[in-house]
Amino acid sequence: MAVTVFNRPVRLNNFQIWTGKACAHLLITGALIWQFLLGFSDNLGADPVQSLLDFTGKHAVHLLLFTLCLAPLARYTPCGDFIRYRRMIGVYTFVYALAHFSTYILFELQLNWPLIGSEIIERPYISVGFVALLILLALAATSFNVIRRKMGRSWQSLHNWVYAAILLALLHFSWSQKTIWEEPIFYWIAAFIILLPRLQYAIQSKTKKRKRCKTA
Amino acid sequence: EPLDFTPADKYSTSETKTPYDKVTSYNNFYEFGTGKDDPAKYAHNLDIDPWSLKIDGMVEKPFTLDHANLTQRFSLQERIYRLRCVEAWSMVIPWIGFELAEIIKAARPLSSAKYVAFETLYEPEQMRGQNSRFVGGGVDYPYVEGLRLDEAMHPLTLMAVGLYGKTLPEQNGAPIRLVVPWKYGFKSIKSIVRITLTDKEPPTTWNKLAPDEYGFYANVNPEVDHPRWSQASERRITGGGLFSRNRIETQMFNGYKEVAPLYKNMDLRKYY
Repeated sequence: MAVTVFNRPVRLNNFQIWTGKACAHLLITGALIWQFLLGFSDNLGADPVQSLLDFTGKHAVHLLLFTLCLAPLARYTPCGDFIRYRRMIGVYTFVYALAHFSTYILFELQLNWPLIGSEIIERPYISVGFVALLILLALAATSFNVIRRKMGRSWQSLHNWVYAAILLALLHFSWSQKTIWEEPIFYWIAAFIILLPRLQYAIQSKTKKRKRCKTA
Repeated sequence: EPLDFTPADKYSTSETKTPYDKVTSYNNFYEFGTGKDDPAKYAHNLDIDPWSLKIDGMVEKPFTLDHANLTQRFSLQERIYRLRCVEAWSMVIPWIGFELAEIIKAARPLSSAKYVAFETLYEPEQMRGQNSRFVGGGVDYPYVEGLRLDEAMHPLTLMAVGLYGKTLPEQNGAPIRLVVPWKYGFKSIKSIVRITLTDKEPPTTWNKLAPDEYGFYANVNPEVDHPRWSQASERRITGGGLFSRNRIETQMFNGYKEVAPLYKNMDLRKYY
């Protein structure tokens, strides 16, 4: 049996893809709405604002890391259809990051605009998170098929900025803590492992290019 | 356990108190983990009876208080204080305790004594954060704090043994902790085992970890920002969910103006 499971390729039919997407929508949107409802009714612990900042921020990072898993999963497992979930999870990363930022300006700084401006500009850890958000905004805004086709090759180079986004997001996370030996360390390790296949791939293609140059 | 105490109006605020369950479930006590809910989850492992609090150093009469002494030797008062965390949130808490000055006077400080050093219990088997760097945020334990002697002798400076009329829960620093209401919360060291009078400024835990972010004095000061966030305002934790407009302006010395003379002629930007 095990052999047949791993026979390649494993293709999902449209119904399976659609069911998977419906479940993901329900789960990801549902969790976000549920947290905000708990927050509005003061059922999120002593400080609902901090709980919500943690929830949206951490899950934005989880979703981004998961998005980055999908290409290697599609490449190295028999199921290439993983890639069909990438845009959806990627856009949700932006939605969660936006919810995180909105919580910060609406409930943490409570629309104190001079303070919002000075915090974003003067505090490096806030600036870094804000830049990551802007990158995610650009990626989400160009995620439509029409735009992708129109952009041609530049679409890929724009979307390579996702690597900058994950590094900036983790820097923002680490920097927000009071000491170095806290949770973000594990996220850096996870990100390193997830990005490892790409690193390998990048190095290989570079050495191949060099070899080609030499033989020519 | 309920405590016997007299209510003290003079030093207490009439602001809305932070509910008991919030005071006891949202704590920074890295000895039990760096999450705000970790202390409430894990601090019950702390064994507070028997306890021994030693007062020594530059004093004529060093002595030790055992668990019963902590609540019986000095008469207890209620003090409703604002607590301002360096992370820019605040609470209003009804503490039960006695003035630190009473302990110090009982030990008869020598004239050479200029500072007071405090130390938290070091017991890695009971405090998971002391056992693992990943749990305890990489802090070098035991946690230590310090005050200038005149700050320690100020009547606002409290040794708390209870809150909301009952003995302190472990996560709030049982069986005895310091409360210095005009300084950021991290100065108010928890679960104290030793108080030492000295002539040198004692090392303090957060100052050792990040000297540019946390000074020895750590007076609440809206004009001196933390390098990573503004200290001009704070969120007062009381209740009401996300829509409670709880951001308020931070007061100099957390509103305890009577301590200002302690720092006259001092540049509070330099001595932050």
